[in-house]
Amino acid sequence: MTLSNKERYAIPRQDMPTQDAHERAANFEEVALGLTWEAARLEAQRCIQCKNPHCVDGCPVGVRIPDVLLALGDGDLAAAVDALTERNSLPAVCGRVCPQESQCEARCTLGAKHEPVAIGRLERFLGDHALQQHILPAAPLEHTGRRVAVVGSGPSGLTCAVDLAKLGHAVTIFESLHLPGGVLAYGIPEFRLPRSIITAEVRTAVEHLNIELRTDHVIGTTYTLVELREDYDAVFLGTGAGLPAFMDIPGTNLNGVFSANELLTRVNLMRGYAFPEYDTPVKAGERVAVIGAGNVAMDAARSALRLQRLRAAAHPQTGPGEVHVVYRRSEAEVPARREEYTHAVEEGVVFDFLTNPVAVLGDGGRVTALRCVRMELGEPDESGRRRPRAVAGSELDLVADTVIFALGTSPNPLVFTGAANLDRSRWGTVLADEATGRTHLEGVWAGGDVVTGAATVISAMGAGKAAAADMHTFLLAHAPKGPSRLEASPGTVRSADA
Amino acid sequence: MYAVRRTQALTGATGLIEVVAPHVARSARAGQFVIVIAGEHGERIPLTIADHDRDRGTITLVVQAVGKSTEEMLTLEAGDAFTSVAGPLGHPTKLARHGTVVCVAGGVGVAPIYPIARDLKAVGNHVVSVLGARRADLLFWQDRMARVCDEVVVCTDDGSAGRRGLVTDPLVERLQRMSDAGEPMPHVWAIGPTIMMRAVSRATEPFGAPTTVSLNTIMVDGTGMCGGCRVSVSDGAKFVCVDGPEFDGHDVDWDNLLGRITYYRPEEREALEAAHARHTGCVRETVALR
Ligand SMILES: Cc1cc2nc3c(=O)[nH]c(=O)nc-3n(C[C@H](O)[C@H](O)[C@H](O)COP(=O)(O)OP(=O)(O)OC[C@H]3O[C@@H](n4cnc5c(N)ncnc54)[C@H](O)[C@@H]3O)c2cc1C
Ligand code: SF4
Ligand code: FES
Repeated sequence: MTLSNKERYAIPRQDMPTQDAHERAANFEEVALGLTWEAARLEAQRCIQCKNPHCVDGCPVGVRIPDVLLALGDGDLAAAVDALTERNSLPAVCGRVCPQESQCEARCTLGAKHEPVAIGRLERFLGDHALQQHILPAAPLEHTGRRVAVVGSGPSGLTCAVDLAKLGHAVTIFESLHLPGGVLAYGIPEFRLPRSIITAEVRTAVEHLNIELRTDHVIGTTYTLVELREDYDAVFLGTGAGLPAFMDIPGTNLNGVFSANELLTRVNLMRGYAFPEYDTPVKAGERVAVIGAGNVAMDAARSALRLQRLRAAAHPQTGPGEVHVVYRRSEAEVPARREEYTHAVEEGVVFDFLTNPVAVLGDGGRVTALRCVRMELGEPDESGRRRPRAVAGSELDLVADTVIFALGTSPNPLVFTGAANLDRSRWGTVLADEATGRTHLEGVWAGGDVVTGAATVISAMGAGKAAAADMHTFLLAHAPKGPSRLEASPGTVRSADA
Repeated sequence: MYAVRRTQALTGATGLIEVVAPHVARSARAGQFVIVIAGEHGERIPLTIADHDRDRGTITLVVQAVGKSTEEMLTLEAGDAFTSVAGPLGHPTKLARHGTVVCVAGGVGVAPIYPIARDLKAVGNHVVSVLGARRADLLFWQDRMARVCDEVVVCTDDGSAGRRGLVTDPLVERLQRMSDAGEPMPHVWAIGPTIMMRAVSRATEPFGAPTTVSLNTIMVDGTGMCGGCRVSVSDGAKFVCVDGPEFDGHDVDWDNLLGRITYYRPEEREALEAAHARHTGCVRETVALR
């Protein structure tokens, strides 16, 4: 049965159920609960199969969205999964964390008169289905005799590794942490992206394609980039932008001040919220101030809120606590995804807009307050946003025992130790060709946040993909170097779920 | 997993663990550290590399039981394994010919200072070491140090071994003598409890003796990603894991550091008590019944 467009327009956009705001603010379980099979199929049937599908142009990895939706609408799940994973090897991850509202869905033809197809929700549905059914990607092509080193196991590195492995190259990923995933593993909280999803999706990719994963390898010290370049036929750098920034104001080294990265790493990578069952402690005091209003700030604030609620449940004598987000512009300029901002508000995070910190105050080495000034918005700046300026004499002290900086990050220079000749911008990002990821060093490609600065999962994946295509051409055009001299330590090769 | 090759008790609360980690052993140098995890729910613990053997692909760690994780590490035996060993991390010690150097170690600090003393000797320095501990039974590796140093001075708080007193006593006497004789000031390395490194830095400052300390802060990743290891120095905040671990002892804001390292003390105590309760739970119950 084929539906007419009119019938398709009549199907309402399918809502995705979420955990109740009050309940979820006291647990780390996933907020969004996924579509049912019936809802997913109905949603897919809303697609009118545009001849010129703009949605695809909005997708950094070029998923053939209409084909996926057609198969799903027809009830052919296997074909839908195939069409999706052909271009995207992490659909269950992307279905959860991609800003579809500004990518594929923003360009969906239906959006003009109706609501766009909920492509993200369907991607999540299919990704989860593939994991539940253990649907594997196509087997790798015959081995080419070429060996590739990928540095960093975040979305860019993983995507590059998967694409090259599919083409028959032997790929080794070097990761400094003990688990793969990059920001997916250490930054994005469980309540948005459960660990089990990352583990399963990474494991499927890595094990099925025989990718060697060497964790605990810090490139720059364990091996240098120079060594990798000499040993491997090609090298991809996907080391991300993991270096946290602190404000240049007094008091940032007081006890109780930390980076969002530290809080999130303790919570996510180390499972600190389950302390003492897990050994890594983490704490958010009773009055937490998060500085910044981007996605990282939302994740930090919502994690801190959950830590407070968990503590209050375990120790009823302590107060319930408060989390404030301190932001120098107004609500209209909040850079976080709307959905994340709304979720934070629903859960009880307090937003102090037009407020800018000028000092962290302390007593006996511990934070006691955040001194701020009130701001007002003036003329638009280069970015088109109205420039905030301080209101004279408007100082105020926000009581706080914990201050968390979520001000953005830059590339970690550790990987460049001993490889000073790799050209970088003055922000520390690697200079690489946008279309191919080639750097100025022959045989070295780079992509993802290490090139662009903090961006998105899918743009990092797109960069990994583009580099893999160019590396493939390069690899086939050059004779292989032969066996590696950098043999793996027995302990360092681990499966993705260790 | 990284196999434990050999263990050895050094003092009541300190043990040596030799672990198979060729990727670290191959490039490890004096002054560097690793981050290890023991157990699937373990935390990331920074430990200085006390020795390495490139042929066998092993590194030697010396662990003092100060919390749940370190206490559990000391129960590891040959054949057991670490979940994770990442490194080497941090800058290696800058080896140069200074003439005379004094290596001051407090307690378990003798382990990290050993490879530094050895390598400073190897590049042609006259190496004097001052080893201190609270009591004689807390001293170890005097023999190892004697092999790589020109002079070894031992002192204990109670006089049960060597001279009685703090490490700063023989150090200050030495500096005074050299200063009186018009000799150039030696370069001092100090590794041990933070309080002791502060005391050494304060003692050497009036003499203008350059003093390098190896800081032991709270860490998570050890790669510059979290900033938990921040220390205040004259030109702002530094990350101990990537900017250090060695710093100029005269430049460190010690009070800030002493405060920062206590941030998780209540949680550390909670974890330790919970672990002890699990182990002794049944014993206590029997006692209560009686
Ligand atoms: C808290 C947080 C929330 C976010 N939420 C979203 C979201 O909802 N949606 C979205 O699209 N984007 C989000 N982002 C951004 C997104 O996660 C990143 O843009 C993306 O992960 C970049 O991928 P990458 O592969 O370039 O680097 P990363 O994910 O940063 O991975 C880099 C990897 O390289 C490793 N590495 C670094 N140096 C070395 C070295 N010297 N040797 C070996 N390994 C090394 C790191 O340990 C890491 O595992 C978020 C970011 C953060 C911090
Ligand atoms: S733009 Fe929207 S309606 Fe058109 S093909 Fe893409 S998803 Fe379907
Ligand atoms: S330990 Fe995380 S930055 Fe140093």
